[in-house]
Amino acid sequence: MRTLLEFEKPIAELEAKLEDMKKLAQDNNVDVSSAVRNLSKSIEQLRNETFDNLTRWQRVQLSRHPDRPYTLDYIELMCDEFHELHGDRGVRDDPAIIGGLANIGGLSVMVIGQQKGRKTKQRQHRNFGMANPEGYRKALRLMKMAEKFDIPVVTLIDTPGAFPGLEAEERGQGEAIARNIKEMMVLKVPVICVVIGEGASGGALGLGIGDRVLMLENSWYSVISPENCSTILWRSWDFKEQAAEALKLTAIDMKSFGLVDGIIPEPKGGAHLNFEEMAATLKKTILQEIKILSKMKADQRVDARIDKFCQMGVVNS
Amino acid sequence: MSWFQRTGKGIQTPTELKREAPDGLWHLCPECKQVMHTREHKQNAYTCIHCNYHDKIGSEAYFQVLFDDGAYKELDADMFSADPLEFVDTKAYPSRIKQTQEKTGLKDACRTAEGKINGINITISCMDFSFIGGSMGSVVGEKIARGMDNSLKKKIPFLMISKSGGARMMEAGYSLMQMAKTSAKIARLDQAKIPYISLLTDPTTGGVTASFAMLGDFNIAEPGSLIGFAGPRVIKETIGKELPKGFQTAEFILEHGFLDFIVDRKDLKDKLSSLLKILKK
Ligand SMILES: [Zn+2]
Repeated sequence: MRTLLEFEKPIAELEAKLEDMKKLAQDNNVDVSSAVRNLSKSIEQLRNETFDNLTRWQRVQLSRHPDRPYTLDYIELMCDEFHELHGDRGVRDDPAIIGGLANIGGLSVMVIGQQKGRKTKQRQHRNFGMANPEGYRKALRLMKMAEKFDIPVVTLIDTPGAFPGLEAEERGQGEAIARNIKEMMVLKVPVICVVIGEGASGGALGLGIGDRVLMLENSWYSVISPENCSTILWRSWDFKEQAAEALKLTAIDMKSFGLVDGIIPEPKGGAHLNFEEMAATLKKTILQEIKILSKMKADQRVDARIDKFCQMGVVNS
Repeated sequence: MSWFQRTGKGIQTPTELKREAPDGLWHLCPECKQVMHTREHKQNAYTCIHCNYHDKIGSEAYFQVLFDDGAYKELDADMFSADPLEFVDTKAYPSRIKQTQEKTGLKDACRTAEGKINGINITISCMDFSFIGGSMGSVVGEKIARGMDNSLKKKIPFLMISKSGGARMMEAGYSLMQMAKTSAKIARLDQAKIPYISLLTDPTTGGVTASFAMLGDFNIAEPGSLIGFAGPRVIKETIGKELPKGFQTAEFILEHGFLDFIVDRKDLKDKLSSLLKILKK
């Protein structure tokens, strides 16, 4: 059963009507082709109208759509082979972050990403994509392995934030994220980061330092979620739409600020409507970028990566 | 006028006021509620002569405590915030900045200076909590980055004094990327073998903890400081329980292995210069 967001409903209603019309025509053997054509056109029009004018909050909703593809979906659809590798060698395996060696179109790649669960039990198991320090440390272990074997790294970012728990603090959540940021900065292999859903704050940045940082069209990336921003600045949960507007957190915004390098288009209506098409686009983009980045010398790549992040920010002086 | 200067716990009295307080004023310790002469308090590196409570002080006070004869050259003193997002919540960001500047006499939440500690040249960036909770936006990130550039250029050590609630929401994505920028510069310090000391003071949380504050060659802290990634309120809400006593204090963070040592502010200068001398061989 599909989950429908408020602004998806009018489109879905028309689609249901179209299905009914087709079925009716078939059962009664009548020609309704012109009506079908007209209705199809209206649907297309409504879809374009809706999705060409999405508000920032609507994009946030799409980024969290319960039917949206997650890291494991992309791994399944993009990789010819995937060998998951577990554990940080210190504390435990963190199910909120997946990592492993993959073959993507003949290329060896280390794929790492946050994983959300789809059903209640899975959601809890994955801790809603909120990693603990050991998740970030597992990710770093795998990135270092990739560096040793000269294999490019791809990270898929999808998290409402790093987990704010008691044990997470005891085990140094801040230190784990900080270390990843610094180590990713100097990783000698090509690093491509893609925000596939939610890119919330430090928890996202802990997998987010790359030669290319890309965002899916309906993902968001910012320092705080609209809800938390609303709670802090407006002292109420109710201003999340305004907060989303104020934060300018969409792929278009972040690209226009030069804070990310590119936007990967989604199928019309969102990635959840066509997993295969979305995964194919992502795969193509990743392979293209790896090809370009592989031509650079390791030191050049690291220098360019460091310089890119050093230029971010706007001040008066 | 009251006969002592009240310094409420958690509220920072502008350092200018403190520094220029005429003799005869008294300081009330917010912790033990005992009184001491303001001058005595200052000579004691703004720690209580009775209970050793470390008062929350700003950049100017730290510079006075650390730099020889209190002499230093400030870098990028005139840098101030832009408003790249044209951010408006209940107030427009530029007017929030302006009001805070007027209230604190500061340009933003961080100041950088070069000077000597016990004869050793050093760059120090120090955060001011009184400026929007010591939050990190582009100015803070850029000042720290340029401070590190200064150390790289002159091959002198870098000291970061953190005191922050985290990233500044009003600069959203830009604030987030200051974590990346400062960490990138630390990678440069590593390459150049420049010592980087991170002093965490009360409080150090959020994006500051998850970037430069935890990346020192030495991570050190003042006693009793609150240090963490998530704030105590958020954690309490997440786990639905009271937090254990002493959770997220500097002593707790030391015990869990994320600090090299805790240092009394009165010993800070000598401790730093001793460490740096050993590194120089
Ligand atoms: Zn006292």
